[in-house]
Amino acid sequence: MEISISVNGSEHQGDVEPRKLLVHYLREDLGLTGTHVGCETGYCGACTVIVDGKTVKSCTMFAVQADGRDIETVEGVASNGELHPVQEGFWECHGLQCGFCTPGMIMSSIALLDANDDPSEDEIRHGIEGNLCRCTGYHNIVRSVQYAGAKMRGEEPAGASEGVSS
Amino acid sequence: MSSTSVMGGIVRRKEDPSLIQGKGIYVDDIKRIGTLHVAFVRSPFAAATISEIDTSSALALDGVRAVYTIEDVRHLGLNPAQVAVGTLRPFLADGAVKHVGEAVAMVVADDRYIAQDAADLVFVDYEPIDAAVDLKDAFADTVQVHDGVSNTLLTWAGNAWWEGVIDLPDPSPGIQEAKEREDTVVVSLEMVNQRLIPTAIEPRAVLADWNSGYDSVELFSSSQIPHAVAGAIGVVFGIPSNKVRVVAPEVGGGFGLKLNVYPDEILCCFASKELGRPVRWTETRREAGFSSIQGRGWVGTATITGTRDGKILGYELEAICDMGAYTHNFTVAIPLLGLFVAPGQYDIPTSYALHCVVTNTPSTDAYRGAGRPEAAYYLERIIDAYAREIGVDPADVRKANYWKPEDFPVTTAIGLTMDTGDYETNLDALLERVGYEDLKAKRDAARAEGRLLGLGLSTYVEVCGFGPSALAGLGFSWAGYGLPAAFNGSGVVRVQPDGTCTVTIGTGPSGQGHETTWAQIVSDGLGIEMDNIEVNHGDSKDSPMGIGSFGSRSLAVDGSATYEATTRVKEKAAVIAGHLLEAAPEDIRFADGGAHVAGSPDRAVGWGQIAESAYQPHTLPEGMEGGLESSVVFSPPNATWPFGSHLALVEVDPDTGDVDILDYWATDDCGNVINPMIVDGQVHGGIAQGIAQALFEEAIYDDFGNLLTSSLADYPLPAAENLPSFSLDRTVTPTDVNPLGVKGIGEAGTIGSAQTIVNAVVDAVSHLGVRHIDMPLRPKRVWQAIQDAGE
Repeated sequence: MEISISVNGSEHQGDVEPRKLLVHYLREDLGLTGTHVGCETGYCGACTVIVDGKTVKSCTMFAVQADGRDIETVEGVASNGELHPVQEGFWECHGLQCGFCTPGMIMSSIALLDANDDPSEDEIRHGIEGNLCRCTGYHNIVRSVQYAGAKMRGEEPAGASEGVSS
Repeated sequence: MSSTSVMGGIVRRKEDPSLIQGKGIYVDDIKRIGTLHVAFVRSPFAAATISEIDTSSALALDGVRAVYTIEDVRHLGLNPAQVAVGTLRPFLADGAVKHVGEAVAMVVADDRYIAQDAADLVFVDYEPIDAAVDLKDAFADTVQVHDGVSNTLLTWAGNAWWEGVIDLPDPSPGIQEAKEREDTVVVSLEMVNQRLIPTAIEPRAVLADWNSGYDSVELFSSSQIPHAVAGAIGVVFGIPSNKVRVVAPEVGGGFGLKLNVYPDEILCCFASKELGRPVRWTETRREAGFSSIQGRGWVGTATITGTRDGKILGYELEAICDMGAYTHNFTVAIPLLGLFVAPGQYDIPTSYALHCVVTNTPSTDAYRGAGRPEAAYYLERIIDAYAREIGVDPADVRKANYWKPEDFPVTTAIGLTMDTGDYETNLDALLERVGYEDLKAKRDAARAEGRLLGLGLSTYVEVCGFGPSALAGLGFSWAGYGLPAAFNGSGVVRVQPDGTCTVTIGTGPSGQGHETTWAQIVSDGLGIEMDNIEVNHGDSKDSPMGIGSFGSRSLAVDGSATYEATTRVKEKAAVIAGHLLEAAPEDIRFADGGAHVAGSPDRAVGWGQIAESAYQPHTLPEGMEGGLESSVVFSPPNATWPFGSHLALVEVDPDTGDVDILDYWATDDCGNVINPMIVDGQVHGGIAQGIAQALFEEAIYDDFGNLLTSSLADYPLPAAENLPSFSLDRTVTPTDVNPLGVKGIGEAGTIGSAQTIVNAVVDAVSHLGVRHIDMPLRPKRVWQAIQDAGE
């Protein structure tokens, strides 16, 4: 099937098999390998992308379903060489270890903060419950999102040294 | 140790800029022109004979390049293992299957969709037979997994494994005598330490590219042990290991499951060799329950005999340990690692028998902690039960039986020597920080109001940082893969002609931040900026002989090798800088990107000038060789023994059995710390996996050996909502077995945490008559225990 998709602001036309998953289209046809496949069932969230402003697990969507839509992946988050505050937060607060869940976690965190830039810890934990991380125990992911929220509100965020045991 | 703030400082990770932008390269991200894709046909039966495999329909499908069965690969032998006790796995099922999900045939096709379509078209005629699934039944040999062979592969008991090395007295008569005394109590519990599926978020992935022109093969694999895999490929195909290049690029979590040589790694090499094309396989989540190893799986009884005032006179542990059907890398050695820490941090007579038993289930091997979480669980649970029985505070019981700092180095009840430890100081630090007495009062007050609050304590010692060359003969080497190297550390430090520095190490991260930590070590030594230090890892051809990343060993051994190499480079650079600055080498100091004369910061040269001189030997002092690098193999005299204390406050909902973790505190001691931010992160993740075992996760098999929890829908990894924040602190008791004084922290959190939670939950409901609840403590199980106790 012929599809036309906007990904990170670039238009892509292509002929795809109807059964091809969006995540495979992004990774294999477009070479955007930042979006990862962790479970193929929508539970782990490593494949999370933003479609028309909403988070979608791209392993549960066919590429043909994305026809005519606007998709944002982790590769499109930084602009003009500037990291997004969420990316900065993950780096600053050690919000990642192996990094495999990180692209999806970042996309969900961006969507969360776009809806509410001052979430409580409970709201953050609830907001990223669709993204599984096996490395961090989420402790520093929560701090990373708090860092990004503060940054997006124009406040001075708590840095890396905050809360690290001496 | 530290001359600048780099060492011991909170430094943002060098790894992160690529990873947070989606630019990190994992195996499945690597492209090679003409790559073919693999799907496996897997057994639906736990035990069956195979009378026929018909591949014709699959082969007829457009885009299918080959379908292989055992007939094609039998000549390769069996999948090698390091500790080859038991039955090794055939590369594909050979006339019979021994567990659900065992690979029976391998399809190679133009893309992953076609490969899966074709796999569904392979016809296999199975004749199901009785399976040994239940661990106790398997121990009784009711049904044999492998015909004519007892299911019990071996029993770790007495001093059989080190007979002739250490003279170990039999503690049993003394323990028996203590049991018969009138002033003692005997407390015993049978407990399950359930099977777990390690579950790295990145499934395993393999890409093989055999070049018949060079008669060499490249394999990209999501592995913790690329050198061992390279050795195994060499052994299987009969080519020298230096013709094999195994690369582990970014590895998306390991936790022990990627600490194996797997048949799919060998089979992709085989297919690539046969077909002359690159061949890739990427594990699906559902098949990961079969195609990768699982962990834990013990059923055992722990018994303490002690006085009524808290002095333990004997500890006994007997357990049946599930090996699964086939032996992998370390399979039967995992209980041995548990045995290493069976007496914990206590001066107590210890008797044990750990039976290694095969079942018709997927193989078990190392999962984060590997034997040590199991051992700590049994010991720290039964100590809690003993404390409750005699009515003494669990912290006091532990203190009454600890080894004291002045006892070190300690020879434990099982004959191993522990390096350093100060357990009481560590526990007191935790108890003071949290206000232990106030917490107990808070718990009691809540209980008086009908709320079920519980406090759970666990302390632990673990053994890691393997390891000593002297253990090579006991299986601590890669001899099983044709590489008889002890578990040494290795590190190469090279200053390049432009004054930047390249570090190459024999271990690689799967999230632990090696690049940052190693750069800190080298930057601290040489004064070269972090940004000018590049750390290479995970490439069997580029790096010195590497053992890999497991057992919390990387920093203690490979880090120490790198530290020693840094020191040697520094010594040579001091001579060069002294020559350039007309000063004595001993007066040279390194800082801020160069060298200067002590007391005269203006008399300085940059690393660029030092390096230029090193690579233009005519400018060097008379007789000095050119170049500026050092390669060190480090073998410690002993393993390291980190320890710590964990405490949790939980609340149990009496109506639903739901467990809420209100607070979690940990005070760990891993010796010196290079980057406290990374160390804390390791502890966070370790605790999360221990809590996951305590409350959520379990690999469940039905009576026929079907894995009922092969998707993340059924195997509930905790999400952010299910976990608390963690309150951490540390004490610092450096080891004396390596120059950095570091011990290792990757597994500590997991080893300390599962029983902390279970102790807390049992504490919350003990006054209702509950003595024990087996993990995972899901609401139904906790609720049922409360109901049963009330009857």
